[in-house]
Amino acid sequence: MYEILEKEQLTPDICRMKVKAPRLAKVALPGQFLIVRATENGERIPLTIADYDSEEGTVVIATQSIGTSTNKINALEVGESFIDVAGPLGKPSEFCNIDIPKDAYYCFIAGGLGAAPIYPQAKYLHEKGIHCDVILGARSSVNLVYKKELEQVCDKVYVCTDDGSEGFHGLVTAQLEKAVKEDGKKYTQAVAIGPMIMMKFATLTASSLNIPVIVSLNTLMVDGTGMCGACRITVDGVTRFACVEGPEFDGTKVDFAEALSRGRIYSDLEKASLEEYHKCKIGRGK
Amino acid sequence: MAERLPRTAPIERDPQVRAKDFEEVSLGYDKERALAEASRCLNCKNPRCVQACPVNIQIPSFIALVKSGDFEGAAAKIAEDSSLGSVCGRVCPQETQCEGSCILGVKGEPVSIGNLERFVCDEAKKTPKSVAVPEHNGHKVAVIGSGPSGLACAADLAKWGYEVKIFEALHAYGGVLQYGIPEFRLPKETVLKSEIDNLRALGVEFEANVIVGRTISIDALIDDEGYEAVFVGTGAGLPMFMRIPGENLNGVFSANEYLTRCNLMKAYKADYDTPYFHASKVIVVGGGNVAMDAARTALRLGADVTVVYRRTETELPARREEVHHAMQEGVKFAFLTNPVEVLGAEGKVTGVKCIRMELGEPDASGRRSPIAIPGSEFDIPADAVIMSLGTSPNPLVGKTAGLELGRKGTICADENGATSRAGIFAGGDAVSGAATVILAMGAGRKAAKAIDEYIKSK
Ligand SMILES: Cc1cc2nc3c(=O)[nH]c(=O)nc-3n(C[C@H](O)[C@H](O)[C@H](O)COP(=O)(O)OP(=O)(O)OC[C@H]3O[C@@H](n4cnc5c(N)ncnc54)[C@H](O)[C@@H]3O)c2cc1C
Ligand SMILES: Cc1cc2nc3c(=O)[nH]c(=O)nc-3n(C[C@H](O)[C@H](O)[C@H](O)COP(=O)(O)OP(=O)(O)OC[C@H]3O[C@@H](n4cnc5c(N)ncnc54)[C@H](O)[C@@H]3O)c2cc1C
Ligand code: SF4
Ligand code: SF4
Ligand code: FES
Repeated sequence: MYEILEKEQLTPDICRMKVKAPRLAKVALPGQFLIVRATENGERIPLTIADYDSEEGTVVIATQSIGTSTNKINALEVGESFIDVAGPLGKPSEFCNIDIPKDAYYCFIAGGLGAAPIYPQAKYLHEKGIHCDVILGARSSVNLVYKKELEQVCDKVYVCTDDGSEGFHGLVTAQLEKAVKEDGKKYTQAVAIGPMIMMKFATLTASSLNIPVIVSLNTLMVDGTGMCGACRITVDGVTRFACVEGPEFDGTKVDFAEALSRGRIYSDLEKASLEEYHKCKIGRGK
Repeated sequence: MAERLPRTAPIERDPQVRAKDFEEVSLGYDKERALAEASRCLNCKNPRCVQACPVNIQIPSFIALVKSGDFEGAAAKIAEDSSLGSVCGRVCPQETQCEGSCILGVKGEPVSIGNLERFVCDEAKKTPKSVAVPEHNGHKVAVIGSGPSGLACAADLAKWGYEVKIFEALHAYGGVLQYGIPEFRLPKETVLKSEIDNLRALGVEFEANVIVGRTISIDALIDDEGYEAVFVGTGAGLPMFMRIPGENLNGVFSANEYLTRCNLMKAYKADYDTPYFHASKVIVVGGGNVAMDAARTALRLGADVTVVYRRTETELPARREEVHHAMQEGVKFAFLTNPVEVLGAEGKVTGVKCIRMELGEPDASGRRSPIAIPGSEFDIPADAVIMSLGTSPNPLVGKTAGLELGRKGTICADENGATSRAGIFAGGDAVSGAATVILAMGAGRKAAKAIDEYIKSK
């Protein structure tokens, strides 16, 4: 079984867990994800592999409670187990397969929990001696995650909050412009991970600064192995399955309007399901 | 000649009732019906039915045993050639296989071989026999994929004393039998689970959530985990789309997604978390078993359903019984019709633009190919569209193991399942492309034999 060995509340709605999954831990690479089922009747939920330790046989996931399934996941405690953890799925980040030029300079742009998937990527580059900065954005200071961890593995962390409670008061896109124009940063590659809408605007900003940009698409998924097509999105005019051909794609080629719309297929049903879940929990006096 | 008895009809649930639930549609035979039907078989000297069964089940022999009331003996006779009798009795396209060649069919109605097979094998399940776990012969074989080909291969190898482990990518076992074919045709708890339990009783091990090629490579299975041979039965799971405008609108699904949500994830049950799309008017594109399953699932979820097929009723590739059942339940059909565009507003499906077709000259496969009639476009309103156009093999395993692949991602293998790499065998849909349960099962068994020979000759 996939036992939860550690659990940590990062923000009021984000939990980080270390989970036993030896096969997965042995082969995982940055950019890949896994699929969990919390309970017997649970959905298959894709989550990014936020860290892995092949010797210990563990992986780390960080989950934000937004709907029924993510709430169920975060309700699990140390000593309990996921009934299923499958992966690693998706392609590793592009830099895992190439000789990264020594003068490369990566700029990671994280929106909210997007910081979690960025961590193994920055760590990987850091270990290879490649320069990278992280622009870490969140609604407010309490929603910031992974700041300390990222500071260990990159040159500089720029913090920005929507309400100005910590760091720069503004959006990650404005911070990116400032870093390039005011600090004279010469980024060779941007990687934006976060809510779809944030990745869309990060792509626009990076492109206007002539920085190539990669995004990681968190589409809806069922199997994660190429079997259902739920995750399909249009990239460069062609339909792609994000679970096998992604989840990372060239941001400038992604049809964000379609991706945003497809993410909402089940939203009404899911809202109802979440209300039901909360009602049940209250009913049980939890 | 004795007067011909009419073919015995199976017990079927009322179409009005069954169209609203997921319980099995056909209840098959009871004892009397089985005996009546068995008495129709002429016990031919040169049985044409046997030739037409892809695994050559000894049909007259097992039916003779049914006649004599020895159901257990009949089940044992079937088991000599098939390990999935309860499944195949239910889902084989009998009209083009065994029953299609039955001598009685020449002038009248063929013997209902499928229903007899199903009855006998279901009956045998009621009195579980304790199977002795065969003594291990010290050799290890890995089976990748738990569909009918993998299950059949594992069953034989286990009986011969091999230590067998099945690796499955999903969290549940059975392949298409689990995620594709719906509950109302193939009950998961009673039929499928017992097949899997039988394998466990034989000592076969199962490991879920292992996507071979990602979680572990075939080479690592051989080099690090000590498997001497590998059987690849990964099926043909990649859905095809039409590549027409509007196909990515919300409300367009592959049949695989639609069926997986319902069968594997049990979305139709209130206590499961997976959502399904609530649609009132559904269009299903295609005409195979997959299309019938998708249509009848949508119907059961409360939708008004129309199957759109570009040829005519005669060319429908689905099992005849399924088409018949679908029509009885109220699924509508639009023949000689082909979608050209999915229409939408605000990102959601509002209908399908179709074009009328006519049948032209027979093509390479001998089927008359449909040709669009210019200017005949018309719109059908709908809020969901389910594409059931067929599937192709997932090339992941083949590619990562360096196996020779065919044009459509199929794994190249000889008739015994040997691939381009020694010790790696393959069979079922992964080799043939999307086919049938019985062919996959047969391929799994042939490969088991070849694996046995390969290991013994090493
Ligand atoms: C490759 C990949 C990696 C991911 N990594 C992580 C991760 O590391 N941590 C994490 O917390 N989440 C991650 N997600 C998102 C996560 O899978 C969803 O939050 C989860 O499926 C929601 O399930 P739910 O039942 O709790 O919410 P639901 O009830 O299904 O949804 C609640 C609301 O969120 C929206 N939503 C549903 N699915 C997604 C999605 N995939 N992306 C964005 N919005 C969605 C719905 O439209 C709805 O409005 C990832 C998704 C993908 C595809
Ligand atoms: C909806 C539907 C209805 C059908 N109806 C009928 C019918 O009525 N009659 C009939 O005869 N046939 C029918 N078929 C076809 C029949 O089900 C298939 O031909 C048959 O199941 C093929 O068996 P298989 O063992 O080759 O593969 P599958 O049944 O496809 O099983 C393959 C298994 O391998 C797993 N797998 C794939 N890749 C990997 C990997 N990398 N690592 C580990 N595991 C992996 C898959 O998850 C799956 O469980 C139908 C098919 C569908 C989709
Ligand atoms: S396995 Fe299929 S084809 Fe063979 S006898 Fe049984 S139903 Fe007929
Ligand atoms: S061909 Fe028909 S009648 Fe003859 S043995 Fe087969 S099932 Fe019986
Ligand atoms: S999630 Fe099913 S194909 Fe990508």
